[in-house]
This record gives sequence, C-alpha cells and structure tokens, in this order.
Amino acid sequence: MKKNFKSFLFSLIIILSCTKALFASQNNNIDTGTTCWMLTSTALVLLMVPGLAMFYGGLVRTKNVLSTMMHSFVAMAIIGVLWAVCGYSLTFGKSILGGFIGWNSDYFLLKGIDDSIVDGVPEYVLAMFQGKFAIITPALISGALAERVYFKSYTLFITLWFLLIYCPLCHWVWASDGWLFNSGASGVIDLAGGLVIHVSAGVSALVIAIMLGKRHGYPKTPMLPNNLVMTLMGAGLLWVGWFGFNAGSTVQSGLDTARALTMTQLSAASGALTWVVIEAYIYRKATSLGFVSGILAGLVVITPAAGVVKPVGAMILGSISAIACYYALVFKTKLGYDDSLDCFGIHGVGSGLGVLLLSFFIRESWMQNAAEAANGSWTVINQFVVQLTGMLATVTLSIIGTLIIFFIVDKTLGFRIDKQSEIEGLDQSLHGEHGYGLVHSDFIK
Amino acid sequence: MKKIEAIIKPFKLDDVKEALNEIGIQGMTISEVKGYGRQKGHKEIYRGAEYVVDFVPKVKVEIVSTDEMADNIIDTILKSAKTGTLGDGKIFISTVDQAIRVRTSETGTDAI
Repeated sequence: MKKNFKSFLFSLIIILSCTKALFASQNNNIDTGTTCWMLTSTALVLLMVPGLAMFYGGLVRTKNVLSTMMHSFVAMAIIGVLWAVCGYSLTFGKSILGGFIGWNSDYFLLKGIDDSIVDGVPEYVLAMFQGKFAIITPALISGALAERVYFKSYTLFITLWFLLIYCPLCHWVWASDGWLFNSGASGVIDLAGGLVIHVSAGVSALVIAIMLGKRHGYPKTPMLPNNLVMTLMGAGLLWVGWFGFNAGSTVQSGLDTARALTMTQLSAASGALTWVVIEAYIYRKATSLGFVSGILAGLVVITPAAGVVKPVGAMILGSISAIACYYALVFKTKLGYDDSLDCFGIHGVGSGLGVLLLSFFIRESWMQNAAEAANGSWTVINQFVVQLTGMLATVTLSIIGTLIIFFIVDKTLGFRIDKQSEIEGLDQSLHGEHGYGLVHSDFIK
Repeated sequence: MKKIEAIIKPFKLDDVKEALNEIGIQGMTISEVKGYGRQKGHKEIYRGAEYVVDFVPKVKVEIVSTDEMADNIIDTILKSAKTGTLGDGKIFISTVDQAIRVRTSETGTDAI
C-alpha cells in the first residue's frame, strides 16, 4: 500500500512536471495559423502602396506621373527605415510625456525583439505589419499636394508628419496604454485605422491643399487623368490589399478575421454600386473613375468598423459613404480648393463617417461585453461619444500638427515648386525622366 | 504632283481606305490628330465634374498623287468620309515640288 502510494506520488510529480513543461513549451510555441495569416496580411498591406501609386499616378497629367508615383514609393523607403529606428518604439512603447507618445528602448532599432513571441506570433511580424500602415498613411496625403511640390520638401514633410502626427495618434488609439484605446467601456473603435490613417491623412490633406494653393491653371484648365487604366489597376490592388489591412488588423486567424474580411468585401461592393447608380442617374453614364472612387469610399468607411458591424450594416455604411463622398467632391468643385486627387473628399469624409456611424451598427455581443466592462449598461450614445472624442482629438492633432509642419517645410526648403518647373512638369524638372516612351500628349493642355 | 490632306472622323478611316484601294491608290500616311472646328469639343465626366474637352480626336490621311489622279481621289474621300453631320472634316490640296524614293533615288511621278 505504502509502495503503491509512493509510486502514485511519483507518477503525479512526473505528470505535473510534464504538464508544466507542456505549458511552458506552448508559451514559446508559435501559433502558425495566426502567424501565417499575419505574414500574408503584412505583404498584402505593402502591396497597397504600389496600388496607391498606380491609382494616384493615373489621375495626374502625363508630365507628373512619375513624381506622383514616387510620392508613394519613397514613403516605403523613408518610413520603412524610420519605423525600425524609432517608429515602433514611439507608437507601441510605454506611454511617456503624459501619454502623448510612447517609448520603449527595447524597440529602438528593433534591438530587443529578436527572440520575442507575442501571443504565438513573432514580434517581428507584428512590428512589420504595423510598419506598413505607417508607410501608406503619409503616402495618402500626397494626393492633395500632387503636381506642385518639391520632392525634397515632400520627403521632409512626410518625415515630420510621421513623427509628430502619426506616431502620437497611433499610440493613443492602438497602444495598450493609449488614452483613446482605454476610453469608455472598451475603448474607441478603430479596427484598421479610420482615425489613425484615413481621417488623419484626409484632414492633413485638406490643410495642405489650402495652404499650398491651387495648381497653376486650376480650375480653368481641365486637368484630366493621363491613364485611367492604371488607376483602375491600382484600385484593384487596393481592394485586394485591404483584406490584409482590415482582416489582418484583428491579429488572429479566426472568427473576428472572417467577420472583418466579409464586411470589407460587402462595403466595397456596396460603395462601388452606389456611386455608379448616382452617376448613371445624374449623367446617364457610369464612369470607370466613379466606380473605383466608389470602391474606395466603401473601403475607407468600413476600415474602422469591420470588426464590429454585421453584413447589413457594412452594406449601408458603404452606400452612405459613396453618397457622402460623391457630394463632398461636388462641393469641393464649388468651394474651389485644390485637393487634387481627393484625399480629403474620400478618405477624410468616408472614413470619418465610418468612425462615427459605426456606433449605430455594432453587433449585440460587442455591446453586451462593453456593458459588462462598464459594470452595467453601455448604450449606442455612450459609444458615439467615445467615437466623437476620438474624432475631435484626431482632427485637432492633424490640423495643428500639419500647420506647424507646413511652416517648417515652407520656411526651410520651400514647399511649393517654382512656376516654371510646375509648367514644365515635375517628372522632367525634379526627376529628369518621363513616364511614357514616345508619348508626349501634354502639349495639349 | 498634288498632296491631298484629309482630316476625317476616326471611325471613317476603314471606309476611306477601302474606297481608295478600289480606285487603285497603293499608299497613304495616316496620323492621329486632335483639333476643333465648328463641331467644338465634347464633355467628359470625372468624379462628378463635367469638363469640356476642346480638342476632338481625328485622323489625318495624307496622299501624294499625280495631277490627273487628284480629282478622283478627292471625290472618293468626299463620298466615303461623309456622314452629313458636323465634324466630318476637311480636305486640303497643295502642290508638291518633288518626290524622291529613298531606295532607288527615282524622282517625280515615278517615286509615288
């Protein structure tokens, strides 16, 4: 009996130690499913940058096609380097300066994450995934300053914009100790960057467009797209890439991911359909540029909302966004400011609407969890106030920050290109190249 | 020798070419051009804004022929390029001093 007890005790110890070892090894183990999807998403989001370059590149005049595409491409280099140097630390480090920004010296030059696994995913993957968002955001703003700025000034602008606006905002909204991340019952809802990316880029774009002034000859001279074929291909890449953008932002490979992917698809389709119907009704013509603008309107509105709304909500949001963006562009023509490629009119307006209106389409289970977290009740209005707070914070930071950066760039390097170079075209005057073989159709203005 | 320059509607090019082939014309030069006359421009729609595009795409056909053939060519173009609406185009005729075939250095009507 005693012997039996002894052996029982012995096996218990062995079993316990085994389980302990098992648990320990699980902690170090990689969740290959999630890691695999996050790697894919990281690649998909980077694909959106050349997609954006093609989208914007097709919309400008022939003489500026390369300079416009370079605005997107150079962000991959500048922000690509800055992100590893200090971006990841400034955004996802612990709050410093009263929570204005983050810092973690382990993240400086990504020194301390070589062996790090976070929730089954190597931290390198998470850092790179987040880095792609930081790249595309300043590139979005280039739509507002297309065809009329010095390249060197643009590079300084996106560097400062990244450090002074993107990093703080990203920290507020997405870092686990960010103040907007923790405001209300379950924080501000911004799955993939309605605030951090599209509203911040859109509002900054509006500020820059107004401060820079119109392109020479605008709006009297029609400035028509040089290559809508390329714009359409770019829009296609953006739509595909957006699955990584939104569904990847769930940082898992499960139910939430499937939800985000589905809502993204539905909203984009609904946005494109709505835009085409509006044009067909008003002009009796369905334009291809209208179609892709509708896709974008649908994609930007669902970006903050894809994790919490259901299919009907996604389709309604896509549709509302297309209507709002369409009239925002009509209104722009009346007001006369030159947001050349409509960064504010689509990204600012569409995604801004998404951030606010998502409050009315949240699935019940999310609201129940929020109510539990709030120890009682949590209503649509409660969440709407949180969303509105996020919106006001984003708009304020974007306006003030962009104005400061504009003056710094303008006083040091000069922002607006000289008239002669602008007329000649930026491809020739700034880059010493031209985009298309023998075609020089720009002699007809 | 005469040079006949006809500016016509692009979609009429095939009709004109076939009609000219039938009367024995063996060569021509064409180019895509833009311009406007009484037809004026057309409207294009980009993101909810309408733009008037002044210059309308046209095709310019150039033929150099002997003096005797010129009237026949002009008649043929007039018939085959006509739709009866604004923007059908124009024909310009001018005298050519000399023509030289690069391969053989033949000159005059032998070269055309």
